[in-house]
Amino acid sequence: MLKVDEIQNGVVIDHITAGTGLALYHLMELEKLNEASVALLQNVRSQKSGKKDIIKIEGDVSSISFDILGYVDPKISITFIENGHVVKKSRPEQPKRLVNVIKCTNPRCITSIEEGCDHIFALTPSGKYRCVYCEQEFSVKP
Amino acid sequence: MRHLIDPADFTLEETLSLMDLADRIHEDPAAYRDVAARKRLATLFYEPSTRTRLSFEAAMLNLGGQVLGFPDAGVSSASKGETVADTIRVVSCVADIAAMRHPKEGAPLRASRYSRIPVINAGDGGHSHPTQTLLDMMTIRQRKGRLDHLTIGFCGDLKFGRTVHSLIKSLSRLPGMKFVLISPEELRVPDYIISEILEPNGIEYVETRSLEEALPQLDILYMTRVQRERFFNEEDYIRLKNSYVLTKEKLDLAPADMAVLHPLPRVNEITLDVDDDPRAAYFDQVQNGVHMRMALIMTLLGLKDPKTGEVAFDVEG
Repeated sequence: MLKVDEIQNGVVIDHITAGTGLALYHLMELEKLNEASVALLQNVRSQKSGKKDIIKIEGDVSSISFDILGYVDPKISITFIENGHVVKKSRPEQPKRLVNVIKCTNPRCITSIEEGCDHIFALTPSGKYRCVYCEQEFSVKP
Repeated sequence: MRHLIDPADFTLEETLSLMDLADRIHEDPAAYRDVAARKRLATLFYEPSTRTRLSFEAAMLNLGGQVLGFPDAGVSSASKGETVADTIRVVSCVADIAAMRHPKEGAPLRASRYSRIPVINAGDGGHSHPTQTLLDMMTIRQRKGRLDHLTIGFCGDLKFGRTVHSLIKSLSRLPGMKFVLISPEELRVPDYIISEILEPNGIEYVETRSLEEALPQLDILYMTRVQRERFFNEEDYIRLKNSYVLTKEKLDLAPADMAVLHPLPRVNEITLDVDDDPRAAYFDQVQNGVHMRMALIMTLLGLKDPKTGEVAFDVEG
């Protein structure tokens, strides 16, 4: 099995549905991290789900928005590590609002033309996210 | 200060109170002719709309107020690239209340967040048209004497028809409603209307392709036009535009006290010989629209009804 070194300071995003890790990587804009090292592991064997994806980030993670994880898959686990020790482990909650995390793709929405207009999505009772302006559901899941 | 962006912005109690005021105006419009003297309504119409703009302007003039604004985006600063947020900040300095129609969905909500005056959504793309919903509800209550325990058929374009979505949402707050959704497969009501409004509220509904089969059971038939401007593809529009046509012969299948509503403009989905049938209520809707918008302008401006000495509901909270 492929081995990636354990990280000393950073975060491990585990139990990502197999095949969706790369899309999640882009949604979290991890390619924009200048200093941190990022490893994306795909199709890792898992006792629970057969296989899964994992993202490991070594370095400063303060600029990363983890809100998106609750939207993508509440089953994902996030483990924060400092000096080689786990300091916090959590499962993401679905945030009530997503501000500039995902973009509304409806060409009829005011966000498509209005300069300086935040892309705001609100959680509906059915667990889906809708643009607060046009109410279009965000449907591009990774 | 309150705005009207979505029909659900007003509680059911507030909506009914507003309708009561509109009914009083309907009974005696002359009593309201000076209520909004020296107040100014800005009509900000980023896309042409003869009926809605004239209705808003007539409503303000009927109240003794004044009107200013623009009838399409080409003669506004939008043509120079001004944002909605900036436009409404400017308009807030020269008017007391604004009615905005915009081709982009959510534009009036965006405006309301930057406005110092009440904003009324006069239609935003295919999204929402709350004053149409209010006048539809007013007309239904006028015709049937109640707004609950009714079977209402919606026919035609239920996918892009914003008036249908808004009316279903609003009527879903009332008890005993049943909806019959009549459309071609391609223009079915969006899934979210079913999964987030009808099913959670336990509302009875039926989807059907047949207008003829639905007609005998209806208290209200709400016809819609298949709108060319909502299609990106002209071929789809041409294929679907004649899906349903209400004729005098088909109307014979309906109960004698059913009412036919239509948000207008009609193209060919209701034949002209239906106009003389007492069940045709679509021109009543136009008149009711003026009275409902008078009631709305008064209420959002905090103006008291001269008949009762009270506002329909408090907007200062």
